[in-house]
Formats: sequence, C-alpha cells, structure tokens
Amino acid sequence: MSGPVASLNTAWFAVLGFLWTGYFVLEGFDFGVGVLSLVLGRDDIDRRMARTAIGPWWDGNEVWLIVAAGATFAAFPLWYAAMFSGFYLALFIVLVALIVRGVSFEFRGKRDGARWRAGWDWALAVGSLIPAFAWGVAFTGLLHGLPLSRSGLYLGSFWGLLAPVAVVGGLASLAMFLTHGAAFLTLKTTGPLAARARRAAMWLCWPAAALVAGTAAWLAAGRSPSPGDLPTAIPLALAGGCALAFAGSGLLVWAGRAYAAFGLSALGIVAASAAVFTALFPRVMVSTGPGPSLTIWSAASANRTLIVMTIVAAIFVPLVLAYQGWSYWVFRQRLTRPAGSASPSCSSRENVTRR
Amino acid sequence: MTPAKVLLSRWQFGVTITYHFLFVPLTIGLGLLVAIMQVQAYRTRDETWDRLTRFFGTLFLINFAMGVVTGIVQEFQFGMNWSNYSVFVGNIFGAPLAFEGLLAFFLESTFIGVWIFGRNRLSPVVHTLSICLASLGSIVSAFFILTANAWMQHPVGYHLVGHGAGRKAELTDFWAILRNSTLWAEFSHTVLAAFVTGAMFMLGVSAWQLLRGRNVAAFTRTARLGAAVALVCVVLVIVTGDLQARLMDTQQPMKMAAAEAVYRTQSGASFSLITIGNLSGQPIFQIRIPHLLSLIATLSWNGKVTGVTGAQAAEVAKYGPGSYVPVLWVTYWGFRIMVGLGFLILIMSAWALWRSRRGGKPFELGRWTLWVLVACIASPFLANTAGWIFTEMGRQPWIVYGLMKTGLAASPSVSTGYVIGTLAGFTLLYTVLGVIDLGLMARYARQDLGGGEPEPAGREREDVLIY
Repeated sequence: MSGPVASLNTAWFAVLGFLWTGYFVLEGFDFGVGVLSLVLGRDDIDRRMARTAIGPWWDGNEVWLIVAAGATFAAFPLWYAAMFSGFYLALFIVLVALIVRGVSFEFRGKRDGARWRAGWDWALAVGSLIPAFAWGVAFTGLLHGLPLSRSGLYLGSFWGLLAPVAVVGGLASLAMFLTHGAAFLTLKTTGPLAARARRAAMWLCWPAAALVAGTAAWLAAGRSPSPGDLPTAIPLALAGGCALAFAGSGLLVWAGRAYAAFGLSALGIVAASAAVFTALFPRVMVSTGPGPSLTIWSAASANRTLIVMTIVAAIFVPLVLAYQGWSYWVFRQRLTRPAGSASPSCSSRENVTRR
Repeated sequence: MTPAKVLLSRWQFGVTITYHFLFVPLTIGLGLLVAIMQVQAYRTRDETWDRLTRFFGTLFLINFAMGVVTGIVQEFQFGMNWSNYSVFVGNIFGAPLAFEGLLAFFLESTFIGVWIFGRNRLSPVVHTLSICLASLGSIVSAFFILTANAWMQHPVGYHLVGHGAGRKAELTDFWAILRNSTLWAEFSHTVLAAFVTGAMFMLGVSAWQLLRGRNVAAFTRTARLGAAVALVCVVLVIVTGDLQARLMDTQQPMKMAAAEAVYRTQSGASFSLITIGNLSGQPIFQIRIPHLLSLIATLSWNGKVTGVTGAQAAEVAKYGPGSYVPVLWVTYWGFRIMVGLGFLILIMSAWALWRSRRGGKPFELGRWTLWVLVACIASPFLANTAGWIFTEMGRQPWIVYGLMKTGLAASPSVSTGYVIGTLAGFTLLYTVLGVIDLGLMARYARQDLGGGEPEPAGREREDVLIY
C-alpha cells in the first residue's frame, strides 16, 4: 500500500522525526550527565552538582518520549503496536531504568547516610546508561530490519533484537549521549567537576564519531533501496555530518568554547536522528520477512485523525517550545562549588551556591 | 490467544494502574491545595502560609515523583500487552494520549521543575504562578486520559471499517468524543475525588501534627482547610456519582445491575447495604433500603431497574451468544466500598469542620479523635481504588463496550512467559518503591514545620540551595 508523498502521512512521519529528535537531544544530555555523575563525581557535592545541573529539566525532557510514543500511537497505530509488543522485554528493562532514575532525583536528598545516597547515585547512573544504549539498539533495529509477520507483528525473540549492527548502534547512541552530557556539564558547572567533564568530552567525542560512522556504513552496505526510498547518499551524508559535528565538539571543548561545543553535539544528534528517519522513509519498520515492511501508509491512522492532530500540534508545539525554552533561560547560570569545600573530605551540605 | 495470557495481561494492567492511581489523585488534589496555600502566602504576606506551603510541598513532591515514573509504564503497556487493542482503537484512543502529553505533561513537568528550583531565582508572582500552572497541567491530564477511558465505556464519534482481524474503529467526529456525556461525568467525579484525596490527606497529616502538640495554630489552619475542601468536594463527588449512575443505567445497564447484583428486572428496586450469601440469587442475610436503587438509577420512586438476567438476555440478542456478566462479587463490593467510604468521608469532614468552627482557636479534639482522622487518610485512596475496579471490571467482558472483547485484545506476538516475568518484575519493583515511598512520606509528614532561612537540619533540599 502506498500513497502520495505530499500527504499528511508524510507530515506526521516528519513530526514524529521531530519529536524523537527533540527527545534525543534533550534527554540525551541528561542521560549523559546521569552516567557521568557517578564516574566524574568524586564526592557528594560533585554528584549533587551534576544532578542539579539537570534537575529542573529531566522530567520535562522525558515528556518528549511520552509525547513521541502517544503521537506514534495516534498517527501510526500499527507501528506503535508492532514496535511496543515487539520490543517487549527491552522496553520493560528501559521502563525499570526510567523508574529508578526518576525517583532517584526526589529520593536521594531525603535522607542522610552514605549508603542511601550511593544507592541512588547508582540508580541514576545505571538508569541513564540502559536507555541511552537501548534507544540506539531500537532505532538501528528498525532500520536494519526485523522479522515481521503478514499482520506486521514482530516474530523474533528478545535476543533477536541484539543483532551485531544493532549493538554497535546502541554503543553509538551511548557514546553520543555521554559526549553531549559531558559538554553540558562543562558549560553548567565550574571547578574540578567542569574540568573533568571537559576532559571526558574531549575523549568521548572520538568513539562517538567513529561509532556513528561505523553504524551508518554497516547499515548502508546492507541497504537495497526500493523505488520511493530516498537515495542512500542522504542518510549517509547526515551520518557523516554527525561524526564531523562530534569531532568538532571535542575540539571546541578543548578550545574552551563550552557553549559552542554543546551546540555542536546537539547538532550531531539532530543529524544522527535525521539520518535514521530519512533512511527509513517511507517505511517505519523494515521487515526481513515474511511480511512486508510497515510504511507510513500501511501503519497510519485515517486522515480525519491526522487532521485533528495537525491542528492541535500546530497550536501547542510552539507554545511548549516557548515555555520550555524560557525554563532553560531561567536556570542559565553555572553551578559553583563554594570556597571552603575544595577538598572532597570536608563535604558539607549547604555550600553549593550559584556564582 | 490463550485465556491465560489475557488473564495475566489483565493482572499486569490491574496491578500497575491501581498502583499508579494511588499517586495520581494525591498529585492532583494536594497540588491544588499547595497552589492555594502559596497564593494565600503571596496575597497575605503571611509567613505561616509560606512555611505550610513548603511543608506540604515536600510531601507533594515525594508523591509526584512516584506518579510520574509509574505513568510511563501505563502509556507503554497498551502497545506492549494489548497490541490488538492498540490497532483496533489507535485512530481514536491515541490522540487523547498524545494530547495529554502535549497539553498537560509538558506544562506540569516544566513548571514543577521551575517551581522546585526557582524559589530564589524568580519573583514571588512567577514562582506562585508556576505551581498554579503545574496544578492546571495535572487537571488537564485527567481530562485527556478520561477522554480515552470514557470512549472505552461509551464509544461515540466513530465508525467501524474492515472485517475479521483487520477490523478497526475510525474517527468520524472528534467533537463528539470531547462532548461524550460519559467523559464529563467521569471527569467531574474523578477530579473532585482527587481534591477530596488531597484534602483528607492534608486533614490527616495536620491531625498527626496536632497530636505532637507543636505548631498547633499553623496545623489547625491546614486541618480546617482540608476539612472544608473535603466536605465541599465530597458532596459534589456524591452528586456527580449519582449523575454517572443514571448514565450507566442507560449506557451500560449490565454494570448497574452488577453493581447491585440484582438478578430480576424490577420496579421500585431496593438497595442492599450488605448481602451475605452465595450471590447467585439466594441471600442468607441482608439489609436493604426500599426503593433506593430505583431512585439512584432512574430518579423515580418506582423506576424500572434492569437485572443481570435481563441485561444478559439483551446483550445476547444484540451481540450473539456468550456470557456478558462481569464478576459480580467484585462489582458488588467495589461499588459498596466506594459509596460507603464516600459517606464516611462526608461525615468525618463535616464533623471535623464543625468541631473547629470557632475560627483561630485550635482543634478541640481528643487524642483518640485525632488518631481517627489520621486513619481516615486511607479512606479516599481505598474509595478511588474500589471505584475504578468497579468501573473497569464492570465493563467486562468488553474492553471497548459493545465493540471489542477483552479476550481478543492482547498481544499475539508476546509469549505468556514474558507477561509472567514482567508482571513479577513490576510487582517486586513497585513493592520495594512503595515501602521506601511510605517511609519517606511518614518521615516528612511528622517533621517540624520549617522556619525561615536557613532550612532546619534534616530537611534541606539540595536543589533550593543552589540556583
């Protein structure tokens, strides 16, 4: 089944591309900071600084996922049904990770005690690591192809999701989010933590660039475009742009240009996400048989639903962007480790202040 | 699709949604009350209101976190465990879920973040406005999720296309879905019940503080606020519940019959307060109020109430052979627990308000009575749970009333073993988090009311210290 390219189906495919991209760019850095808080944070104050750096936004960032999933359900019900039932155990693990990391923000500071806090530090780090890896696996899998039945349902097992190329794709998303998070920490904090984050970004950008390029090359080699697909050159160029952006981000961090470095890592994630969606189009899930791939026509809702959704989205997406943007403006300061707490041994609770 | 998989998927949905809905009403209710208190603090420049806002704000946030993280599970679960259902309803059901995220969750989460970290960064007006917007977001989210649920109870604005496994509902009139009578009955009833939940929580926590005998004047204030809001809202909950019962009688006659477990269709039907028996028509012991059921269902003394047998015959005639009777002991007791606790809340809140009527003076209540008020915190939670179990179990065997049976709605591609594994996983995780959450709630509900800056020991919020 197919239809005209200039249609609401194409528009909603693009909207979903936008929502997922927004999710990866925004929650990407808070996943990265979540993992790095454990690795780079040497004491309680460091770790609290890392948490506070993402504190005002992580929840709003996660709503991008909720909206992306809801919009997939509404605009492409068959895609939602096939993907969520197909990725069953993987999504269960992601959900558990998101749950423990989510409560860790609220619970960690509610009790004293080293073990309590260390426990929630691990919950944040592991709870950020798992989805950062899993989303890469999932989207590489959509592109690489999964066995789908004639009614569009996934026929494989949990382990079938972990094809070698998908694992590389997962490592690529993990490395990108870590670099992105390190760049964010560099610009939101000061002192030793910022210095460590800077060094981390300088190192992490190279595996990120290499893994993205590798995943793209691997997928492109196995791709056989059918009529109606976009030329392979487009996603390949975008993936190449992503790799360059991450390399550039590392160089800018090295040069001390934290804001520009973060902007470039964000741009890199946009390019990677755009590469995935342009490579998919007009499919939403590539099938390796026996059934056909799901497409923006076979998986979509009827036009009337898409019209209602278009009207609501046209009004509210700009509004959401405006107030979320404002909230980033409100908390634009860097966090500073106050004088008198330079040594990790004399940690005190009330001495992290803004500069 | 095996019946075992359907049953396990239902258990998974039941366990996770019941758990999720312990936190949601408190988020909505307490969110509104915290917003009210902060507006009061801003208007009167009264430092006590400010301290009370912070005290209940801490409890609100602990609860909010649990509501947020358990909510994502629900959205994913439609696709994970109920993929046939998702394909069947996606054209209609997906849109309210997407709008819930876009219109409600973005608003709620962004402004909660601003509220938590913005105390020292924003002007008092903007800071107060941010909790109001977050509270609005939580109420809007209730509207959209109930839009989706009301459509399952009483589908409107659709037509069916395709046949066999490819059959699905398509949208014809989105406006009809928003004007669904069931939606407005459910929304008013549920949101008011959430306000009652927040208010009874506030009353109970204040009573606990009064028992400790410190900050008596401050907590008398919140006890009275809680009692007043609970009283007004529970009266409205009863009114809207009554409205819903009459809608149900015309839209889902089987559910109304199952609520009462009446078998024969009868006029001037009595309402049974308690029935002990085998529930197959031969009660051993019962207390009944004459004509009340007819009054509830039809608003007339001798109104005709359809019995289970009559409703079963009518559905067989309409939809073909099969059993259309839900599990009667669940609907019967679910309905009674909900209604009974509603009236208990009415009595307790009215009485607490009456006893504290001399404004300004502390509660003149004995220790024993205060302990009863503390115990009453549980009542709205139990009533909410019983009400939802009644309304969802009472719709069975339908997942979408009259259109799709639950038995056909689960995911064909998911193995039963996976469903068992994840059910066990969620149950275990939720139990552990529940214990931790209860512990923290208890700890912060009995802490001292904070003074001005600096924050007293043990109650520091790492976040407000920073930005």
